Amino acid sequence: MCAKPVKHERPEVGTTGHQWDGIEELNNPLPRWWVWVFYATIVWGLGYTVAYPAWPMLTGATPGLIGGSTRADVAEDIARVDAANAGIKARLVAADLNAIGTDPELAAYAERAGAAVFRTNCTTCHGSGAAGFQGKGYPNLLDDDWLWGGTMEDIHLTITHGIRNTTDPDARYSEMPKFGVDELLDDTQIAQVVEHVLALSGQEHDAGLAAEGAVVWEDAACSGCHMEDGSGDPTQGAPNLKDAIWLYGGSREAITESVFYARFGVMPNWNARLTEDEIRAVAFYVHGRGGGE
Amino acid sequence: MWDYLKLVGLGLVAVLAAIAANYAHDLAYQVNAVTVMLAAGIAFLWVLRTAGDPRPNLQHEYFDSVIRAGAIATGFWGIVGFLVGLVIALQLAFPALNFEFLQGYGNFGRLRPLHTSAVIFAFGGNALIMSSFYIVQRTCAARLYGGGLGWFVFWGWQLVIVLAATGYVLGATQGKEYAEPVWYVDILITAVWVAFLITFMGTLMKRKEPHIYVANWFILSMIVTVAMLHLVNNAAIPVSIFGSAQVQLYSGVQDAMVQWWYGHNAVGFFLTAGFLGMMYYFVPKQAERPVYSYKLSIIHFWALIFLYIWAGPHHLHYTALPDWASTLGMVFSVMLWMPSWGGMINGLMTLSGAWDKLRTDPVIRMMVVSIGFYGMSTFEGPVMSIKAVNSLSHYTDWTIGHVHSGALGWNGMITFGVLYYLVPRLWNRERLYSLAAVSWHFWLATIGIVLYAASMWVSGIMEGLMWREVDANGFLVNAFADTVAAKFPMYVVRALGGGLYLSGAVIMCWNLWMTVRAQPGRATQHSAVPAE
Repeated sequence: MCAKPVKHERPEVGTTGHQWDGIEELNNPLPRWWVWVFYATIVWGLGYTVAYPAWPMLTGATPGLIGGSTRADVAEDIARVDAANAGIKARLVAADLNAIGTDPELAAYAERAGAAVFRTNCTTCHGSGAAGFQGKGYPNLLDDDWLWGGTMEDIHLTITHGIRNTTDPDARYSEMPKFGVDELLDDTQIAQVVEHVLALSGQEHDAGLAAEGAVVWEDAACSGCHMEDGSGDPTQGAPNLKDAIWLYGGSREAITESVFYARFGVMPNWNARLTEDEIRAVAFYVHGRGGGE
Repeated sequence: MWDYLKLVGLGLVAVLAAIAANYAHDLAYQVNAVTVMLAAGIAFLWVLRTAGDPRPNLQHEYFDSVIRAGAIATGFWGIVGFLVGLVIALQLAFPALNFEFLQGYGNFGRLRPLHTSAVIFAFGGNALIMSSFYIVQRTCAARLYGGGLGWFVFWGWQLVIVLAATGYVLGATQGKEYAEPVWYVDILITAVWVAFLITFMGTLMKRKEPHIYVANWFILSMIVTVAMLHLVNNAAIPVSIFGSAQVQLYSGVQDAMVQWWYGHNAVGFFLTAGFLGMMYYFVPKQAERPVYSYKLSIIHFWALIFLYIWAGPHHLHYTALPDWASTLGMVFSVMLWMPSWGGMINGLMTLSGAWDKLRTDPVIRMMVVSIGFYGMSTFEGPVMSIKAVNSLSHYTDWTIGHVHSGALGWNGMITFGVLYYLVPRLWNRERLYSLAAVSWHFWLATIGIVLYAASMWVSGIMEGLMWREVDANGFLVNAFADTVAAKFPMYVVRALGGGLYLSGAVIMCWNLWMTVRAQPGRATQHSAVPAE
């Protein structure tokens, strides 16, 4: 052998007598604790398979002496919660929308249920804190600026039918013209009206261009939706242009893009996904976030 | 004659790959076809240039050149795999690192399989192939069977790695975890693996020792079982012979079950049985002590390979999988606890009488820590397979932490130990360049693993509790995004742990490089096969 045998100091145990590249193996017995724990896990394992569904047979598996089913457990759990909430759900559906807040028990339930519905369904666009995504077209629900109105009825309607979707004929709908794309205004006119909008919202602007922009504002019928003074119209989903809150950004570039290409924000109709009590709860939750009207 | 056959074969492969590249339906396929063409072309030139060279009779010597190449590849792919791991850990902590200009190539989704495959199959695979070539020759006292077939295994495996990695980045994937390589890469894997089996079995059959050493049982079980897992789980029909897309043969919950039967046993046989084979040779060699118990090695070997194969369903608790399959998966996982620990006991007790070496030999320290992490993660695994625990741990970072205490702690550390053992011997050097650097590596890696595992326990249990938290009316309390935000500090700690681990590996590569470059050569010692 080229390698010398490895040393060992327990001659009483002895080795198997073989050697591989100098490695020998001692003849130690199996550690007793190891054997007993191994046996214990086997006994436990067999016992467990007797108690619960385990061994596949020809037409199904052995049901087990205790039995049970994870699916049934979940169904039972859900049924238990549903049963516990059935009464208050019915009350929520029957209540006048504006009266929910005056009934402390109902309000507490709607707040919790609405929060859960919101976290599961709404956070993708509006954020887990309901602050939306500023400048990217996802409205902040914490402020008092409401595109389609901030009363309980308004919010309830918006959530139920959604906005500008193709899946609910009752969806809220309005469409801003693509002033640039469709050549309704030329580049100069767009530049002018953008200065006017900047002036409306009290931002730094070119006074000369803005004055000409005011004419464009009237000629292009911007006031038809955004009103004469730019304060917007929640019945048409036309944003207020006088405040500092901008759905798609309030910079000169962002406003120019809005005028040129227009915007077309879409929200799904939740009546296809949520039950009436869930819609009412989440409407109450959203109403309570910021400045519900 | 044989050279001409090889030339014809390689030329044919190169031409067919060129044709395939021309008709490719997708970029990944095209890049892969060009890679194959280049590989076949280079091999063609190599065979052409060396054709007719005299072949010295090397039957009295061990086939070590391929093992040297394997050691280099192990170190190289290790660094690549750890680095990509660090990058994706940072991407999770700081999503802005998913740069816009890298979308579709360098975002988390593309890099994650690159990381897992690089560490498991490139780093781990090379470590396994290299060390099994070493072990089987030494313990059989015979040169590796198959002539140059060992080189085919080595280069074939590197080609598999490159094809798979470029494929992932360019979007070619089967979408099966740890089995992402697409159909033609799977075919190449099969060819390489069969060659691996032939070299290994051939060497065993021409052994000069009367018995087969325990390390070889484990390695052989790894080769055979991985072959079976690979063939069954990758059964698929290509959409086109000129494209990387395929359709799986199974669907729905059957597909999921086959996938996790594969996935779990990739851990069980590739990362456990194979690496136990490494442990059974290198720990007694480095400690210069006999293996603790022959009986234990037999019993835990057979118990391990019998029980492991049934444990896969525990990856699918509380899913579409029927309850009975879930029960069996859990029961077998719990019964697997002691068979797994048999390896730990045998490894640790082999050191009895040599514990003082822990103070003086950082390589032994590395091996002991790796066995310790093996014991810890093979206890944690059965615990997590219990349904009640799994209902909390499943889908959380706890799983990620568990996998990494096994991968970094057990597979990584034992591989580092093996590299420290092998490199001076393979390059015939007196000793390692710096034992102090080994100690640095040891502490960086160990602290890195502890940070990694601890942060993932905290993060995993926290998010598990947050996900299931409901109020008095049965409503969920937290949004998913809330759990993501809460995990941020743990993600930073995890990345820090990964960074430490990577820096330790860089120190190792430098140390091994200097060992080969700067250490004096040993007086020529014939590594000849003993003539017994």
